[in-house]
Amino acid sequence: MVERTPFLNFFTHLILFVGFVFCVAPFAVVAIAASHNLKDVNDVPMSLLPGSDFWINIRTAWTTADLGPKLLNSFIMAAGVAAGKVIISALTAFSIVYFRYPGRTFIFWLIFVTLMLPLEVRIVPTYAVVANVLSPYQAILDVTGLSWLIEKVSGVQVSFSLGLLNSYTGLIMPLIATATGTFLYRQFFLTVPDELTEAARMDGAGALRFFIDILLPLSRNNMAALGTIMFLWAWNQYLWPLLITTDQSHATAVTELKQLIPNVGGAPEWHIAMAGTLIVMLPPLIVVVLMQRWFVRGLIATEK
Amino acid sequence: MEKRVTFSRSTIGILFAVPQLLLIFTFFYWPAGQAVYWSLTLQQPWGGGNIWVGLDNFRSILANADYWNSITASLVFAGISTGLAMFIALVLAALTDRQLAGSRLYRVVLIWPYGIAAPALAMAFRFILAPEAGFMAVVNQVWPGFWDPGLDGADAMASIIVAFSWKYVGYNFIFFLAAFQAIPRSLIEAAAMDGSGVIRRFRDIQFPLITPTIFFLLVINITESFQDSFGIVDIMTAGGPANATNLMVYKIYSDGFKGLDYSGAAAQSIILMLLIIVLTIFQFRFIERRVHYR
Repeated sequence: MVERTPFLNFFTHLILFVGFVFCVAPFAVVAIAASHNLKDVNDVPMSLLPGSDFWINIRTAWTTADLGPKLLNSFIMAAGVAAGKVIISALTAFSIVYFRYPGRTFIFWLIFVTLMLPLEVRIVPTYAVVANVLSPYQAILDVTGLSWLIEKVSGVQVSFSLGLLNSYTGLIMPLIATATGTFLYRQFFLTVPDELTEAARMDGAGALRFFIDILLPLSRNNMAALGTIMFLWAWNQYLWPLLITTDQSHATAVTELKQLIPNVGGAPEWHIAMAGTLIVMLPPLIVVVLMQRWFVRGLIATEK
Repeated sequence: MEKRVTFSRSTIGILFAVPQLLLIFTFFYWPAGQAVYWSLTLQQPWGGGNIWVGLDNFRSILANADYWNSITASLVFAGISTGLAMFIALVLAALTDRQLAGSRLYRVVLIWPYGIAAPALAMAFRFILAPEAGFMAVVNQVWPGFWDPGLDGADAMASIIVAFSWKYVGYNFIFFLAAFQAIPRSLIEAAAMDGSGVIRRFRDIQFPLITPTIFFLLVINITESFQDSFGIVDIMTAGGPANATNLMVYKIYSDGFKGLDYSGAAAQSIILMLLIIVLTIFQFRFIERRVHYR
């Protein structure tokens, strides 16, 4: 604060407070609605004093949408994506920053381009690939005539097939296949002093040893930030899990929410719907609150 | 930017990149290529042959009134929600940056919405904005028939805009606040010393210095409004009423997976891809200027 501006300060407080109310109100409404019974939740206007049915509603939502296993699925998917991203991006960034091999720039651009097209716009063909993840390789062999050759020579007919629908691998892998994390690491690696590398080499460390013993411990902050962002991002995925989990056993908590929308013509069970919503929005909210620092840093660094 | 000191074993170097390359080949380049191929052929769902039709898929889509309706809806949605989310976030961030008492609380709370899954917040807003229960019902009691997203296209569009903007105010707030805080305090103080007030300082110093962030967020918000809207539309309106909220990604999904028109969906994907590529190239020009190493 540089000068005294009582009038402006009053408006600052006022506007920020209004913003705060609008920001928190939906959370509060969801929590309050989740505590009412069927009659009270449909009252106009709905009472803003919490009702007494909170735990009953939570339990009903939990069993109706089968949220226990679904939350576990969400957790496995989110943790898998976060871990996969943190590891694979580090490897790739190390490769494109610390080595000079022919085609390095080309690889850099190959990865860079993936930033442009989010999964949502290429879902239809990605779905087909995941239905048989080896189909690209099969097609390459067929087109180049290699499968014909192999069949002639060895008598084995080449036909790869590996379906990943309704599997954790199928849920996780396509979500890892983008470049966001790679560039976060790249930016950080570029700021690591060259002297450190020289010293390590002088002490006889090879590339692998330098990577594991020096570079990775230095990148801990980046890993935490990237992990937090990717966990949230994966937890909140909707379209992709909706498509590839045709079988209930692999559905995630977020896709299960749809089960709780009150049917037209049925009882408007908003209290159950809101209880389910509360359960689904709570884990990411806890992550944001606990990991705030990493969350903000990760967002700004990945520009995601 | 290049490293002066590097490792010489190229084979190891390439090996490090192999997992990522395999992933993006299988799940990015192949599907993207496939989409181009499908958009140029007529494909029977689940097998059957592909017939080469050239640009016919694009022609039939561009001649379809539903598709243009979907583009218009997407643009209206993108325009209004981006404007709303960015303007509100800019005001809140600028005021939080004044660092009056309580600003730490706002810094923490105002970013919460961005952590919430789009379908979950859509569910919350579906209840809050429901015509017969929740809060708009109160308005409906005073003016009967004033609000019904289930019947009125404009109301439905307003609902998804509110839900999306609510989430992205949090997102934009994070970036705007970071941008404001990156402005050296001495600059503000010097200007104050020269006698400029809060508004004048905002107009002449802070606002010009955060324009790169504004451009960056503009592009991100528009791109996200194409992608992240899917969950909101699916939960709140399912594209209705009468296709009023049938946004582009939702239409790709319903044509491709509900209607099993793979070729049409692929052609729509290609158009959306081109749109996003143009936006992204535009964005990278600004990012390159923004990022400084060392």
